[in-house]
Amino acid sequence: MKIGILVNEGPYQHQASDSAYMFAKAAIAKGHEIFRVFFYHDGVNNASRLTAPPTDDRNVVNRWSQLAQDHNIDMVVCIAAAQRRGMMDDNEAKRQGKDASNIAPAFRISGLGQLVEAGIQCDRLVTFGD
Amino acid sequence: MLHIVNKSPSDRNSVDTCLGHVKPGSAVLFIEDAVYAATKGTVAEAKVKAVMPGVAVYVLEPDLNARGMQGRVLDGVKLVDYGGFVDLVTEHSTCQSWL
Repeated sequence: MKIGILVNEGPYQHQASDSAYMFAKAAIAKGHEIFRVFFYHDGVNNASRLTAPPTDDRNVVNRWSQLAQDHNIDMVVCIAAAQRRGMMDDNEAKRQGKDASNIAPAFRISGLGQLVEAGIQCDRLVTFGD
Repeated sequence: MLHIVNKSPSDRNSVDTCLGHVKPGSAVLFIEDAVYAATKGTVAEAKVKAVMPGVAVYVLEPDLNARGMQGRVLDGVKLVDYGGFVDLVTEHSTCQSWL
């Protein structure tokens, strides 16, 4: 089955991102396809390449990147939510005149249309948030 | 329809709202802090029991265990792991997260 996931909360503050990750992993293990993970609102903070959690703690950002790379998952960060929170890719940093970008590998910045499309294309869309 | 709740009944009224909307034949899954709603002796106990004849109630076991609530689950509530969570999502045509 084709499954879409919506993540509305950032890492570490709330369990939403952890729950979504565990759900995605279990769905893949059962042979389902994760069509897209859409990061919205504070969920865009899951895409920051600059996070550096203690080494004995889970690395939420790297874990998402790795899962996406291993299973070819499209991971989309909402552009409007990202701009408000200082989440940039190279293009966006240049366009906004910022001195750095901070998006982690396997994430891409795009618009809300990607969430709508996931809702249309997927058999199921599961929301995780606070 | 699958209803997913993630808030403790002592924190917000999501459990209450959800249980007020479920229809017979639907399922409710308690995850994260909502696992407390599946345990004995909470403000939600009577309400959960009231819907159970027609509504299947599930609790996410890893979240239940993480909060030390194993062994306090209401009779009739079924335990699922993340794989069971995925199965519930695929078995029901729609799912609603009560955030």
